[in-house]
Amino acid sequence: MTRHDALTDELAQHTIDDKPHWFRLDRRDFLKFFGGGLLVCLADLPAWAQESGRNFGGHELPKDIAAWLSIAADGRVTVFTGKVEVGQNIRTSLAQSVAEELRVPFDTITMLMGDTDLTPWDMGTFGSRTTPTMGPQLRTMAAAARQMLVEMAATRWNADPATLTAADAEVTDTHQGQSLTYGELTRGEKLMKTVSTNVALTPASAWKIAGTAIPKVNGRDFVTGKHKYPSDIVRPGMMFGKVLRPDGFNATLVSLDTGEADKIPGASVVHDGNFIAVAAADLSTAERALSALHATWNVPPQPSNQDLFVSFKQTSKTQQEGDGPEHVSGSVPQAMASAAIKLHRQYTVQYIAHAPLEPRAAVAEWVNGKLTVWTGTQRPFGVRDELMAAFHLPAEQVRVIQPDMGSGYGGKHTGDAAIEAARLAKATGKPVKIVWTREEEFTWAYFRPAGLIEIGSGANRDGTLVAWEHYNYNSGPAAIATPYNVANQLSQFHPASSPLRQGSYRALAATANNFARESHMDEMAHAVKMDPMEFRMKNLTDPRLRAVLQAAAEKFNWGQAKPTPQRGFGIAGGADKGGYVATCVEVEINPTDKKIGIRRVVQAWESGAIVNPDGLRNQVAGALVQGIGGAMFESIQFANGRILNPHFAQYRVPRFSDTPRIEIVLIDRKDLPSAGAGESGIIGLAPAVGNAIFAATGVRLRNLPMTPASGASGETASVFHA
Amino acid sequence: MSDFILKVNGARLHVSAPAEKSLLFVLRDRLNLTGTKYGCGEGQCAACTVLLDGKPARSCLTPVSAAAKANITTIEGLEQNGHLSPVQQAFLDEGAFQCGYCTSGMVLCATALLRATSHPTEDQIVTYMDGNICRCGTYPRIVAAVQRASQSPQKAGGQ
Ligand code: FES
Ligand code: FES
Repeated sequence: MTRHDALTDELAQHTIDDKPHWFRLDRRDFLKFFGGGLLVCLADLPAWAQESGRNFGGHELPKDIAAWLSIAADGRVTVFTGKVEVGQNIRTSLAQSVAEELRVPFDTITMLMGDTDLTPWDMGTFGSRTTPTMGPQLRTMAAAARQMLVEMAATRWNADPATLTAADAEVTDTHQGQSLTYGELTRGEKLMKTVSTNVALTPASAWKIAGTAIPKVNGRDFVTGKHKYPSDIVRPGMMFGKVLRPDGFNATLVSLDTGEADKIPGASVVHDGNFIAVAAADLSTAERALSALHATWNVPPQPSNQDLFVSFKQTSKTQQEGDGPEHVSGSVPQAMASAAIKLHRQYTVQYIAHAPLEPRAAVAEWVNGKLTVWTGTQRPFGVRDELMAAFHLPAEQVRVIQPDMGSGYGGKHTGDAAIEAARLAKATGKPVKIVWTREEEFTWAYFRPAGLIEIGSGANRDGTLVAWEHYNYNSGPAAIATPYNVANQLSQFHPASSPLRQGSYRALAATANNFARESHMDEMAHAVKMDPMEFRMKNLTDPRLRAVLQAAAEKFNWGQAKPTPQRGFGIAGGADKGGYVATCVEVEINPTDKKIGIRRVVQAWESGAIVNPDGLRNQVAGALVQGIGGAMFESIQFANGRILNPHFAQYRVPRFSDTPRIEIVLIDRKDLPSAGAGESGIIGLAPAVGNAIFAATGVRLRNLPMTPASGASGETASVFHA
Repeated sequence: MSDFILKVNGARLHVSAPAEKSLLFVLRDRLNLTGTKYGCGEGQCAACTVLLDGKPARSCLTPVSAAAKANITTIEGLEQNGHLSPVQQAFLDEGAFQCGYCTSGMVLCATALLRATSHPTEDQIVTYMDGNICRCGTYPRIVAAVQRASQSPQKAGGQ
């Protein structure tokens, strides 16, 4: 077998058909196996990438190579990146950017993503970093590759490269009337080039492929059921695993009787420390063995929702020495003392679950001491680190492959299922699949942090804000600083101890902080007797936030209709991670039962130059719809180390009937770099709804979800109980 | 273990499985028809929807023994001679998915709806499909896709 064939086989792993075996290969080997054509690596990262690397969990972006791209002899282009596709459409939008700079048709590009053996190290797909960092990296690489191809043609023709043009996968010399396709140029060559970053990129105003609404690249596979998600992976001889979960969080095992399970033919029981699990050749046998395990646990008493916000404040810490407040200027106490109008309010958000429709899943396989795991994760390299630590393996002995998955929303950063499957696979000597049940997903994953937020503000009678203080307990510092102009301000995040495992979630704490701030802005607007839109504009100079507020207000006809007890209108804006959003909402209140329905939403969005308007619209609207859940009914209920509502029947998520009429207004700033758009579209809805409810009823709801104070999670908000 | 002959997408397939096991389990793990998805196993999300004699059913709650007499259609069975069904085509044309994990259940529910009601109103679509969760929040586009399919010159419900 030639080396090129071995590479082809490696790449074929990505179609994840059953294969009897594959070849071990680490990343350096991959470069050796490169068969022919042109391989371009991007090195020497520019300043912006290094800056962003510093803040991500101590990981620096690697100094050597960030991404690579190969042009095969047949002209096909393969782009390698450690980013992953989770429904946010980057498999399509990144390919558009490469096609644009390389000057090739879109469909000649294949994106090879999220495979720790084949792609460069990447910290993970989160924080809206893909579009602003990986986008320019890939564009740079493609532009450099194009220049290289032009130079190759110039050498062949003995021409001046400046007189040649590259378009449609060909280099052309118009004077001589000759052209060569990229495939013709690279055929028979075996060129490996490293490029650095000072290459001129095509400005967004001249884009022809980027900036257009190209449909999702493998869309057909999703409507035919052909796409293989992590939970669909099958390996030869694969077994199914089930993990025995403790009776509650922080439980200790008192006793375990495996006698009955051991007797089930074909079932293997693994007990290693606190890890108790079974594997069998078929899922039903594994399930039977699981229920035949008899364990008793000691679950210590633990807090419940009731004690939550008091305990946040009690356990809160100021930020670490030397960190200081997030944002400070002037003197808040002095300004407060002299302000004509003052407000102090508390806002809360509950823990909520990501509940991706595909639960955590992994298939693990050991071959000659090397572990390969197919799993749904936003951090393939992070999961590789976890597996290396758990099994004491060097990096080259672990490979993590991430098939495009059933989404994550920030919830799939960890490698829990991967480790469980790998542990069982090691014990049984067979590949093992683990798919979490919905109840496991609701219980043993992690949650968006709950939080308590206190805001104090002072304004003059003319509506000028003079003082602003914002304290967030536990939920997080994202978007904590106000975008409004206030001379005296202080914003501070106080970490606290969380009774539940908490972590990343779409937009992180920006949703909570923006809910509190934009609700408070509305309260202050009413206190100074100004229209909420007018009040915002009076205190705002940021042109990008002003522009989205104006765009949303205009499309919504803000201020045209008067609220009634049955109908209210609310507006909110916000900015985070380079995305600017403004949301106008119309709510309807049923006069009999006071139930609230969201009827119409206009959301304006700006995140620089638009790479794919159709994908962007889909993301922005999707974030908005997901935001309805956290705003109106999602809330994890817990007591004594147990989740009380770990099912969709009890934990209500937005459905068709909860979805209002949605209009998205996109502002395309071709003069600004593209920012990520998968997250911040979620931050405008909750405050706009709360503000609309107030406009109609005069009742201010300061707690998310905006459910009846004493009611169970899942009821539609009713202002009777607020 | 019991033996069953299942009629899946027009083919007669032999499986042996415990009679009380779900059709979802049999489709995915015995027949490797993984287009049918697990989302909750509790009848709450409809990711596992298949058609039994043209009617939508939650395969996670359908014991395989109960499906043995029916004509079972899964997402893999909608394409005919390389042509997408009108509903599949409409989902593609509208871009009515993000991660796509809900899509097979959505497409099959919509297919059944259009078979029963060839030109549903928006309210009818919402009511019929309210059991289907799209956690990515693609609902407005899915409604648009169903409406688009209902306009298709080809009979959207198929045979
Ligand atoms: S998996 Fe059957 S309804 Fe959710
Ligand atoms: S597209 Fe992700 S669940 Fe519907």
